[in-house]
Amino acid sequence: MSLTPVITEHWDDPELFSLAGYQRYGGYRALASALKQDPDALIGLIKDSGLRGRGGAGFPTGLKWSFVPQDGKPHYLVVNADESEPGACKDIPIMLANPHALVEGVIITSYAIRAKHAFIYIRGEVPEAIRRVANAVREAREAGLIGTNIQGSGFDLDVVVHAGAGAYICGEETALLDSLEGFRGQPRLKPPFPAVAGLYASPTVINNVETICNIPYIVDRGVDWFRQFGTEKSPGFKVFAVSGHVVRPGIYEAPLGITMRELLDYAGGVRNGGSVKFWLPGGSSVPMLTADHLDIPMTYEDMAAAGTMLGTGTPMVFDQTMSVVKAVTRWLEFYKHESCGKCTPCREGTYWITGTLERFEHGHGTEAEVDTLVELCGQIAGRSFCALGDAAATPYPAALKYFRDEFVAATTTSADEQFDPAAAYVFAGAVAR
Amino acid sequence: MTITNNPGTDVEVAVDMINVVIDGVEMAVPKGTLVIRAAEQLGIEIPRFCDHPLLDPVAACRACLIEIDGMPKPQPACAQVLGEGMQVHTQQSSEVARLAQEGVMEFLLLNHPLDCPVCDKGGECPLQNQAMSIGRPESRFVGEKREFEKPINVSAQVLLDRERCVSCARCTRFAEQIAGDPMIELLERGAKQQVGTAADEPFDSYFSGNTVQICPVGALTSASYRFRSRPFDLVSVPTTCEHCASGCSLRTDYRRGVVTRRLAWDDTNVNEEWNCDKGRFAFRYQTQGRVESPLIREDGELRVASWSEAIEVAARGLAEAAGRVGVLVGGRSTMEDAYAYARFARTVLGTDSIDFRVRATSAEETAFLASTVAGSPVHVSYDDLETAPVVLLVAFEPEDESPIVFLRLRKAARSGTRVVSVGAVATKGLKKMSGSLHASRPGAEADALRSLDDQTRALLAQPGAVIMVGERIAGSAGAASAAVALARETGAALAWVPRRAGERGALDAGALAGLLPGGRPLTDVAARSEVAAAWGVDTAQLPASAGLSGLELLEAAKRGDLTALLVGGVELADFADPALASAAVEAAGFVVSLENHHSAVTALADVVLPVGVVTEKAGTFLDWEGRPRPFGQVFRDALTSSDARVLSMIATALDVDMPADITSLRLELGRLGPWSGARVAGPEGGSGAGASGVVLASWRQLLDSGVMQEGEPHLAATARPTVALVSAATAAGLGDFVTITGPLGSVTLPVAVGDVLDDVVWVPMNSPGCHIHADLGVVPGASVQISAGGAA
Repeated sequence: MSLTPVITEHWDDPELFSLAGYQRYGGYRALASALKQDPDALIGLIKDSGLRGRGGAGFPTGLKWSFVPQDGKPHYLVVNADESEPGACKDIPIMLANPHALVEGVIITSYAIRAKHAFIYIRGEVPEAIRRVANAVREAREAGLIGTNIQGSGFDLDVVVHAGAGAYICGEETALLDSLEGFRGQPRLKPPFPAVAGLYASPTVINNVETICNIPYIVDRGVDWFRQFGTEKSPGFKVFAVSGHVVRPGIYEAPLGITMRELLDYAGGVRNGGSVKFWLPGGSSVPMLTADHLDIPMTYEDMAAAGTMLGTGTPMVFDQTMSVVKAVTRWLEFYKHESCGKCTPCREGTYWITGTLERFEHGHGTEAEVDTLVELCGQIAGRSFCALGDAAATPYPAALKYFRDEFVAATTTSADEQFDPAAAYVFAGAVAR
Repeated sequence: MTITNNPGTDVEVAVDMINVVIDGVEMAVPKGTLVIRAAEQLGIEIPRFCDHPLLDPVAACRACLIEIDGMPKPQPACAQVLGEGMQVHTQQSSEVARLAQEGVMEFLLLNHPLDCPVCDKGGECPLQNQAMSIGRPESRFVGEKREFEKPINVSAQVLLDRERCVSCARCTRFAEQIAGDPMIELLERGAKQQVGTAADEPFDSYFSGNTVQICPVGALTSASYRFRSRPFDLVSVPTTCEHCASGCSLRTDYRRGVVTRRLAWDDTNVNEEWNCDKGRFAFRYQTQGRVESPLIREDGELRVASWSEAIEVAARGLAEAAGRVGVLVGGRSTMEDAYAYARFARTVLGTDSIDFRVRATSAEETAFLASTVAGSPVHVSYDDLETAPVVLLVAFEPEDESPIVFLRLRKAARSGTRVVSVGAVATKGLKKMSGSLHASRPGAEADALRSLDDQTRALLAQPGAVIMVGERIAGSAGAASAAVALARETGAALAWVPRRAGERGALDAGALAGLLPGGRPLTDVAARSEVAAAWGVDTAQLPASAGLSGLELLEAAKRGDLTALLVGGVELADFADPALASAAVEAAGFVVSLENHHSAVTALADVVLPVGVVTEKAGTFLDWEGRPRPFGQVFRDALTSSDARVLSMIATALDVDMPADITSLRLELGRLGPWSGARVAGPEGGSGAGASGVVLASWRQLLDSGVMQEGEPHLAATARPTVALVSAATAAGLGDFVTITGPLGSVTLPVAVGDVLDDVVWVPMNSPGCHIHADLGVVPGASVQISAGGAA
């Protein structure tokens, strides 16, 4: 399957991030056409396109938009640009290289859902991306693309770029809303759902950066064009960010349905001529797969059938030098550090599991504990307040499914004794660029 | 089905019912019911920590997970609203639910120190209890627990042990949702999450003690009770709070004859499940400075005497002064004691000169109380406040003067009731009730009421509207008349909210000149004969005309027109003119003091007869609603007894029969019941322009120099600082301190700028460093001089 650069098509143009650069390739053409259409027609268009959320859950975007009640309260669009998932690095490159695609998508989406205020909540640790997007918003405002009576359409919109303060939980959409409102970021009780009572208790649509960036291209080129890529249930293309033990880690935009083996080929294969030990389709929150699963199409439905999820579509690849105990421990340390503390299972469960894994990593533990940890993950998954608890409970059982022996061995022999850490470093040996 | 929510009204609210099945039991519940509440009705106890019926659901602790058919994951019962046909399986019928709950319990104990043997909560701890009922017998955790320094003060009174905290957020939600004092908040994240305050801003909420009570673990403890006792060593008695007219239901716990703590007790009609810190923590006065035996004055000195000797001396002295005796009953008396004074005055002393008001009073107020309040049934209740479209406050600061009224008004405001305060200060309390200020200079409330804006007036005309006047209305000429007129014109209900717990009861018991029990006018023939019959005397034996009010009585005593005083439970410093009160007691030839503490009165008295505090006798307080709040005797073997019993002993010595026991008095008063005949005329007119120049606004803060707060240093440390509150314009040129000068002297206080009318200075009435009656010789509404104060 060949690559299909759309959002990434002109990333070789060093000026693409500017308004002039973006407009060289037809930028804001979609906006002009969208503003002539009925908002409901746009919602219908996105529904017809079958676009699914690119933030990880894959919820149908058009359907989400259609949930917004028309009850006279103000509507808000919030873009979740708080990309913090370990292994996920796609939204930040998009915002750096093609921020106007995001801005144009924001304006069209706001028009479609009848929002007069849109907020872009960007992870605070990436000031470069914040600057790029803020600059793009400024340029768009100066060009009359944001503001009052945009292009004579009568549509008014203001866009606010907001920097997060470094909490993974704020990528959870309701915690993001709390944070945006100035509160401590912790997930909210649902219902009410954001579509009904979100930001400032008003109907709110929350979309991922990549999802929004798809909008101008779908509006400009049409549903048929979009649906020629991907599958019936997973139409379109995806910005895959391949990382780990590969020769050329990076961004590969390809139709949904491409296989990991193909992506691996584009990325130059496993570094140093090694082989895949395990890989994750989209961030640390999805269950890992092995070399046996390289030919499964990367779609929402096929990944689910394989017992994992497409997630953010940012595959992490690990070769035979990697200790799976070590990898899982690092992820759990992340979840423990980022647990917001609101609910008991996530707060206490990550504390317990991480502590135990850290002992395993150093060769201390019992085989009984290897099984206890699975039970503990079961006491978190489906019992926590938000999906981040589920995410924390994912890596260990998935790893145990394929690498139980390695965990049992770790109860007596440290991970570093089993796997030379120097060999596992991503820069160990020759890495072609 | 219909449910009547409020027995006081006949409004029937139609409720949609839905059918659900919980653990195989079919039941119908009102739409919107939470699973956990419905299960409670079936007697199924689902574990819970964060859940509290009076707080918004948060579903944080996950202890209450249950299974619902058709839902893939276990749901929190505390937040899950039941739907029609829902099939719920609790831990009783679902292994998934049981394991989910067991898992959460195991997690909760993970970082909990399990220091139960040294924890105050041990023995009454929801974590302990629920760990027993749903937890694993042995922990599988072998790692290290996280550690915190223990304990830390979130206020002088409330201590926090962060290691024990299970992050249920009950305390922080109470502070934010109920008290409106979000001074504590959860900080940090993950296992390091902890309750904390902002730097240098302690949790000095009037309601902070409630967080200690609702904490489901031993994380929050009070300095007052910490390490004092084990719950299972305590004897618990239901009581009523004696500190104000809110009428809180309390539980008093004692051990070995000493009260160790008091808790807010459940009364959905009154205090719900809350009380204020004064009611909770201020009880050590009960054991300090007590009068332990009868005293009589001999050669100018008080000496210990036997009861029989002291009663004999008291009886003889009072008999000699017959017809020239005045009676002062403090506003802290129980209704039965006040009734005994009322009866004693009329039948033994032959006088009608009796007053319970130890504060600023006026003839206008007397007319208002006699015509409108005395003997009337509950016509405005706490529940009525919640449904009122508007509540107009006049000379009344609920947060300081009746804190549970404040909490209920705040709750009402959160669901749409408008609160409007007629006053000079837009207080923080008013803002917490989302209230607005109808500006009135102190003393000019009458004019302000007459010039009320049309919008508020229109709201007052709506059904359910309420006007609440505080006891300070007595000090504002014309205000009571204007409030009565406004209520009459608009149809709004009028409620009088006194500050002291005993005032309403004393009023209804007839401890006021001109007014017999039940609001009966002394001069009404029918009323006189009803009372005479109840008391077993001839109508002619009752005083023929109204006696002297408290103020008149003091003046008469000072002049020598009265030769004896019978005084019960009175602090002379509480009078608007303490110097007059002292002079009167000094001038009176014979003074009998019934007291539990040594006081300015006992120091001047000729006979001092010790009486019991609230723990040593039974009694009743009428709260501001007029609702009886009876309470039993905590210490049954107390050596002291009620005022009523002592008065009966004196009466017996004078060959007059009077019931001695509380039950008889209560029944007698109950049989008399409220007066159904014509009432005295209400107050009319009165100017209400107020004084000119800079005018003093003032009221008693909840925590202040009150004698019943003595011996509570931790409580006192949470009191608000004594400051002079002025507007920015008035503050200009004053600097950091202001000196306020009245006829008797001056005080210098730190200046605080607030939402106050220009040329008004607010100070606390009776707080450390500022006692306006004694220090300045003024009452609220008086004009004072202010000047830059330099350093205090």
